[in-house]
Amino acid sequence: MSQEFVNIEVDGVPLKAPKGEMIIRVTDANGFYVPRFCYHEKLSVAANCRMCLVEVEKAPKPLPACATPVAEGMKIFTKSARAVDAQQATMEFLLINHPLDCPICDQGGECELQDLSMGYGRDIARFAESKRVVKDKNIGPLIATDMTRCIHCTRCIRFGQEVAGIQELGTTSRGDRMTVGTYIERSVNHELSGNVIDLCPVGALIDKSYRYRARGWEMTAHPSVSPHDGIGTNIMLHVRRGRVMRVVPRRNEAINETWIADRDRYGYEGLYSADRLSAPAIREGGGWRTTDWETALTAAAEGLKRTARSLGALASATATLEELYLVQRLARALGSPHVDHRLRQHDFRDAAGDPLHPGLGLGLADVEQLDGLLVVGSNLRRELPLLAHRVRKAVVRHGARVAFLNPAKFDYLFPVAGYLTAPVAGLVGELAAVLAAAAEQGTQLPDAVAEIVRGARPKDAHRELLAALTTGKRRAIWLGALALRHPAYADLRALAAVLAQLTGATLGLLAEGGNAVGAWLAGAVPHRESGGRAVPQVGHNAREMLERPLAGYLLFGALEPWADSSCDAALSSLGAADFVVAATPYVSETLRQVAHVLLPIGSFVETSGTFVNLEGRWQSFTGAAAPPGEARPGWKVLRVLGNLVEARGFEYQSSEDVREELRQLCAGAAAGAPGATHRVVPSSGALPGVVDVPMYQTDAMLRRAYSLQMTADGRTPAVVY
Amino acid sequence: MNAESPKAGLLSEHTRREIDHWVGKFPAGRQRSAVLAALRAVQEENQGFLSPELMDAVAEYLRLPPIQVYEVATFYSMFETRPCGRHHVSVCTNICCMLRGGEEILAHVEKKLGIKVGDSTPDGRIFLKKEEECLAACTGAPMMMVDHAYHEHLTPEIVDRILDGLK
Repeated sequence: MSQEFVNIEVDGVPLKAPKGEMIIRVTDANGFYVPRFCYHEKLSVAANCRMCLVEVEKAPKPLPACATPVAEGMKIFTKSARAVDAQQATMEFLLINHPLDCPICDQGGECELQDLSMGYGRDIARFAESKRVVKDKNIGPLIATDMTRCIHCTRCIRFGQEVAGIQELGTTSRGDRMTVGTYIERSVNHELSGNVIDLCPVGALIDKSYRYRARGWEMTAHPSVSPHDGIGTNIMLHVRRGRVMRVVPRRNEAINETWIADRDRYGYEGLYSADRLSAPAIREGGGWRTTDWETALTAAAEGLKRTARSLGALASATATLEELYLVQRLARALGSPHVDHRLRQHDFRDAAGDPLHPGLGLGLADVEQLDGLLVVGSNLRRELPLLAHRVRKAVVRHGARVAFLNPAKFDYLFPVAGYLTAPVAGLVGELAAVLAAAAEQGTQLPDAVAEIVRGARPKDAHRELLAALTTGKRRAIWLGALALRHPAYADLRALAAVLAQLTGATLGLLAEGGNAVGAWLAGAVPHRESGGRAVPQVGHNAREMLERPLAGYLLFGALEPWADSSCDAALSSLGAADFVVAATPYVSETLRQVAHVLLPIGSFVETSGTFVNLEGRWQSFTGAAAPPGEARPGWKVLRVLGNLVEARGFEYQSSEDVREELRQLCAGAAAGAPGATHRVVPSSGALPGVVDVPMYQTDAMLRRAYSLQMTADGRTPAVVY
Repeated sequence: MNAESPKAGLLSEHTRREIDHWVGKFPAGRQRSAVLAALRAVQEENQGFLSPELMDAVAEYLRLPPIQVYEVATFYSMFETRPCGRHHVSVCTNICCMLRGGEEILAHVEKKLGIKVGDSTPDGRIFLKKEEECLAACTGAPMMMVDHAYHEHLTPEIVDRILDGLK
């Protein structure tokens, strides 16, 4: 589509601008500054603050730059006397009712109103009447309100309507009594709600967990990547004296745009929980003795060597790529093939059909261009909030058909084209019926699925789901966390793979954990080495490791198998082992009962490392904060352990050395689609349930984030379908 | 509209028919346009005011976020969100009426009824409405509106007669 351009002039500089573009977008793109409050490039134009008034030649009065489209020959003046006069007048009105409480306001020093009042405000107010006061609202545990400071820009309201998909805030009353709020006291419950804090140009909506704790200029900003889900959300850590004070979004249009999920923002609270492990410790007799690194590492190395071949290495899917790579190298150097990170997976039958790594199979930004999408077994909004946001955009802006096949009814804030609920035991049959509907035109199906599809009777509901895969050009089928945890995951995947082939859709596997893709590439699975190479001997998977006790266990990362695993025997298996060493940021009472050596390691903010997101994108970051006490970055601990057990090639100087070694191993590894050869047989008998882990319980750090636990979602117990 | 909504039961059959009638006047999917008419119908059957429950019921019936209904109900002066008296009296104090003694008329009404602007008499007879800006009867200033009827060229005596006549 060719775009028409018009010739305009801004402050005397001739420019070409796309026809119909708003003035403010043109001035922003060309480096002319126009002040604004209500305008935000991700939100619709409200034009209610009037701060962006500019002079346009021949226009009888100043025009709002955010709501005036450019036209041929337009001459715009952003700094003329008339424009500045209008902007100053607007500022004077805005300040009539704005309190002068900047010294105690959290926004002080990073406030758009404060900044602009420096440039456009008067030194002395002409308004002598009293200022109005607005009662604060309690809108939940994440966002603090100071509504007297509100300047009614309505960004938060538009965010709710347009981005979140549910309007929770609004303007009530009118004139000088207009207030922004919920009218009836209720908390704002949305997985992206915290973004209104960043949107608010003043100190009306502020971060409750950061309130009164620091000033913008006291902190240093460190780019990082969120570990809580596979999006790879770009974040900025604000650190004061070695401590993370808050987390804000780091813009990356390809990944998270300008948004972050609430758990990316508030998860950092888990860094400072009371049970952070700050010194190495070894078990002596019935108790624990805090010790130095040398003693603890020697004890760990001896224990590992003793258990060698029957060692089970379990690593967290939120550990860094470098750590995961070294964990599996260590275990395999000791002679143990038992390495895994998939603690919640139940069904490992189709290991041969596993792709190089799970993932979307397409870019996050491409999701917005999908025409059709079938999601199987996923509470998408809670599993991957920012992916659900992209899906919502695909539906609302692009008109995509999105259908769900789930064990329960989950709410989506966009029109859903089809939704089929079936009990866990019935999901395979329902998916087979969708496939049967696709094959009705007499398509030849692979033997692997032929039998079950022959027995399926497609109904209208199945055809409705199928319709999501037959409209338009770009389509996808995703298996979510509930499908990956499903007791017949292999069957679901095989059916989905055939369905994807048949309909030309991309099959995506939405693996859990911030670095699940990295774990696969690093070789933290029992049947693949790093880069997806074949192993000489296939080891036990996570479930097998935990169902029957092994002689020894290496628990790496913020891993709590009794909470992170669906295996009931996890705790007793760990308890029955001769030797358990845990390299962990946290030590709970339960861990103290089963472990023999505790090695304190840094969390993702305290180490350099890499996460690979569901697109397959590698994102490296550096350490931003000091680990507590004696804790050290995990990759360093593993390197020393490697040296102590006399494994070869553990002489890394930096985490970059580790990453580059792995990168070479991954070069040339083809991603490929999951196999479609696993033979699906109709299941008989009862299947175990699938647990829907609540959004703020998915990893150890989130479980320790106090504010998140206070939200409605934080108080929701796990449901077993 | 959303007849299965659990709160629709709060709306009478008559109100629901009225709402449906208004929804029908707008293109499909634009039922938000019917909020004004819906609230008017609901308020009429609820002693002249809207409760949060009724506003929620309207929101559910029209498939709107409740806040969008609250926004409308609190914006327009013809909707009340608290219980109020039977007869709505609003005295204009905007510029023309002010120059012609509107504020004195209001003070007289307050004194006579023993209530302040925004309150209702304890017997539920008269509601002295919070505020009504210019009612566009400047030629007859000072004026007041009683139950949608205009009374112009007021004096305290005329006001007494009008108020005493309200049952």
